[in-house]
Amino acid sequence: MRNAVLNGISRHRVAAVTAFLIVFPWLMPYEALAVNVLIFGLYAMGFNLLFGYTGMLSFGHAAFLGVGSYGTGIVMVHYAWPWYLAIPAGVVLAALFGLVIGWMAIRTRGIYFAMVTLALAQCVYFIFYKAESLTGGENGLRGIKLEKIDVLGLQIDLLNPTNKYYFLLIFVVMTLWFVSRILASPFGAVIETIRENEKRSAACGYDVARTKLVAFVLSSAICGLAGSLRALHLSVVPVDSLHYLTSGHAVMMALLGGMGTFFGPFVGAAAFLLIEDVVTNITKYWQLVAGAVFMTFVLFFPRGIWGSILHWLRHR
Amino acid sequence: MFDLKLLILQMVTGVALGSVFVLLSIGLSLIFGMLTVVNFAHGAYFMVGAYVGVYALNVTGNFWVSLVVVPLVVGVLGLLTERFLVRPLYGRGIDYPLLLTFGLSYVMMDLTRMIFGSDGQPIGTPPGLRGAVDIGVGNFPLYRLFLIVATAIIVAALWLFIEKTRFGLIIRAGARDPEIVRVLGIDVSKAWLLVFGLGTAIAGLSGILAAPIRAVTPEMGIPVLVESFVVTVVGGMGSLPGAIVAGLLVGIVYSLSSLYVPDFADTSIFVLMALVLLVRPQGLFGRAGLMS
Amino acid sequence: MNETNNTRRKLVLGAAAAATSPFWLNVARAQGAPIKIGFPVPLTGPFTVEAQDQVRAAEIAVKEFNEAGGLNGRMAELVVRDDKLNPGEAATRALELIEKDQVNFIVGSLSSATQLSTNNITKARKILFNSISQSDTINEVKDWSPYTFHEALNPHLTGGAVGRYAFPKFGKRIVYLTADYAYGHEMVRGFQTAGKLLGAETLADIRHPLGASDYSAFLPRIQSLKPDILVLCNFGRDLVNSAKQATDFGLKANTKIIAPILLYTARQVGGPEAFEGILGGTSYYWRLEDTVPSAKAFNDRFRKAHGGSVPSDYGALGYAGVRTVLAGVKNAGTTDTEKVIAAMRALKYDFYKGAQYYRACDHQSVQSVLIVESKSKDMKDKNDVFNIVSVEAPNEKNLRSCSELGHQA
Repeated sequence: MRNAVLNGISRHRVAAVTAFLIVFPWLMPYEALAVNVLIFGLYAMGFNLLFGYTGMLSFGHAAFLGVGSYGTGIVMVHYAWPWYLAIPAGVVLAALFGLVIGWMAIRTRGIYFAMVTLALAQCVYFIFYKAESLTGGENGLRGIKLEKIDVLGLQIDLLNPTNKYYFLLIFVVMTLWFVSRILASPFGAVIETIRENEKRSAACGYDVARTKLVAFVLSSAICGLAGSLRALHLSVVPVDSLHYLTSGHAVMMALLGGMGTFFGPFVGAAAFLLIEDVVTNITKYWQLVAGAVFMTFVLFFPRGIWGSILHWLRHR
Repeated sequence: MFDLKLLILQMVTGVALGSVFVLLSIGLSLIFGMLTVVNFAHGAYFMVGAYVGVYALNVTGNFWVSLVVVPLVVGVLGLLTERFLVRPLYGRGIDYPLLLTFGLSYVMMDLTRMIFGSDGQPIGTPPGLRGAVDIGVGNFPLYRLFLIVATAIIVAALWLFIEKTRFGLIIRAGARDPEIVRVLGIDVSKAWLLVFGLGTAIAGLSGILAAPIRAVTPEMGIPVLVESFVVTVVGGMGSLPGAIVAGLLVGIVYSLSSLYVPDFADTSIFVLMALVLLVRPQGLFGRAGLMS
Repeated sequence: MNETNNTRRKLVLGAAAAATSPFWLNVARAQGAPIKIGFPVPLTGPFTVEAQDQVRAAEIAVKEFNEAGGLNGRMAELVVRDDKLNPGEAATRALELIEKDQVNFIVGSLSSATQLSTNNITKARKILFNSISQSDTINEVKDWSPYTFHEALNPHLTGGAVGRYAFPKFGKRIVYLTADYAYGHEMVRGFQTAGKLLGAETLADIRHPLGASDYSAFLPRIQSLKPDILVLCNFGRDLVNSAKQATDFGLKANTKIIAPILLYTARQVGGPEAFEGILGGTSYYWRLEDTVPSAKAFNDRFRKAHGGSVPSDYGALGYAGVRTVLAGVKNAGTTDTEKVIAAMRALKYDFYKGAQYYRACDHQSVQSVLIVESKSKDMKDKNDVFNIVSVEAPNEKNLRSCSELGHQA
């Protein structure tokens, strides 16, 4: 009975996650936190595609989150683009950066890859930091207004936090479906074989470099979308979106939630943000708690929260 | 306007700057070369070294005593870290120790805040090393000259240790091929333990050496970490001569670009790294194939 | 059996969560409810000491208001949050304060970036925000809104005041060592605007990355230029580092070092030697009590509440920021935002440092600037770190003009 339910959920994972996310705001103390979980869940999911499924640890994914945010923000603030063009603009820009950085980084493997992605992302950080007239520099980009939208004659007030949550949820669900399709496709199988044993995949005749690059670009596009939505949510783009510590957050969330699982990234994002939020109200040493929790997971629960739950459910 | 004196002075400044990088990346490179572990907490050990040093200085009033105390204390911390936190992760994949040390850096920073406060510790230049000397092209701080000399001494001592002692032989062999070393009956785990301790001890020492010229704050390790990664990548991970050459090179590049193209001083070191990677992905002195 | 237990558990959980969700909280906004002032400041991070001082001082303002009876019995309440000195986090906190805590007003922020971020959120939702941190940008028409107030000084004013004092005294050949971000550039601009009228010459404006720990790359060049004055246009830790290293390089022998802002806490951390002889501006220094009665009153209240310690410059801003909002509430007789704004615009006050008022076009608090010089000898106690050498009286002309900021006359 249990296995049948689990398999059913697995096969309809997009629907299951969507159902959960629809009721999610009721479980959070305030909507802005719920939206942050959506956004960072998406960010972690993009990262997870590369790390959990393809096995490539990048420490520079903040670049794509940030570029997505700035892309959308800049066209809306400086060029008055409407939101339905601004969002794709952010995603495309992030994917382009992903293409360039990926192409440069894929020449290296293993630990070098992590170092190179970190350094290249810091490069992006400095470039955006310096371009003050476009990006606002250290002050960040302000003035991203998305207060009312007209959809099919219906006016939706996006200052209302609940409306905003469900509006952004639509994009998240679309991405969930997209990612699910990728993972279920032959491409999805190939990236997992690359994670397991790169040399053998090459021996089987797969173009490893090209596959990795495609995975990298897809991953950066998803993170770019997360960034795009974040810009709309906060109405500002903070420059530290591009800093390597933000890349570190993606890593922590993916691991906390469960790498290589579909729902893991959201669990990880929720766990991480809740720890930050709740712990901050109790003590100012939230970094100590977050770091210690993270280390505990690395040592004892490498499958992450969701991964461990799944494992336990399947092997009880 | 080309001022030769200014250029030379700037280059000497770059060498002093580079000295800190050299010490940091030697530690990082040692740990990676021997254990294949990327120590993301390296900047935190640097910071702890500075704090321990300032504390020792306040207690004993003697800077030289702190220079001895710091590597011992931080080295012990490193030993404990390897034994209890990193060792359980061997065999699990190359990423896990990296992730662990990443979390560890957060913990170390906050613990430092808890014990010493978030504000930062004042430390002046030690008496005897204050003031500036005329080095022919201008006034140069005496302390930075000391830094260059101290680094050279430490590097020389390390070289002697690695080239001329039995343990150094094990380190070199282990960096080449850890499996064979184990097959030969040598207790690799003990060697790894000591190397990790040694690497972190050097990081701590560079922290206290750098303290008089930087602000000693809990966050001081963060920018330093990225810089040391860049240096290690440029020099070649696992290579000691690489760490030395790359450290000085990065210091000089940063110093010169601060003079001529100050707007790009920050990005200059990443540009250097990108160039090296495109031309020689394993770094200047790295071994090709030491990649996964 | 297990499944029904699980479902029941989920239902209970869900109901509990729904009950505490914000949908029910609109009821709380009724009359008689406490007047909530959101206070997002960087409790964690490099300015935690300043932020905690801000909280302490703000609490005094709230207590004063409540002890005087509040607003017809309605008490004020400070809702403190940690923005971690991070603009993204600041935006989230602002959203939390507005959506979950349903605050009436927000006062706070310590960095330029976080105040702009918070302001972006509050102005869209028509919540009054009184910023207690330096920024030139927040008064500009692009960021400003009628709901924005700026109690703190701005770099233009501070840099100008220090320049007006120092340039005639120490010389006209100036080198700037500037932190390369908006705030640094704003400080330079403040100095240069004042300097132009006094014939000062900029020999060089050397940019350093924000948060740089090593200034050795820049100091030889500065040395070779032999300026009369070296202006350290940076803040907090950067100032401590650059002051230390400039001292090490022996620059003080031939050059006077000045800074736009001498932070009380930075001076404590940096120590007497590094800061010896350095001159700078500040919004408040506790020794003002020697000449200004309201300063003495404020200091005494702070000393009583906090075991003899004195408020720092940023701490005092925490007090002023909250007190002016509460004064607006008292004068308007209501918490209605539009009416409180009108009351604050009409406010003429002397709460802790002398006469102040809000300029009409941009709600900038027009106030005095103190010029202080750091000392290492004749220190009466560990708090006595500065000498007040001059006080520049409040004058709208020292601010950037309304039209310069983009406001219609």
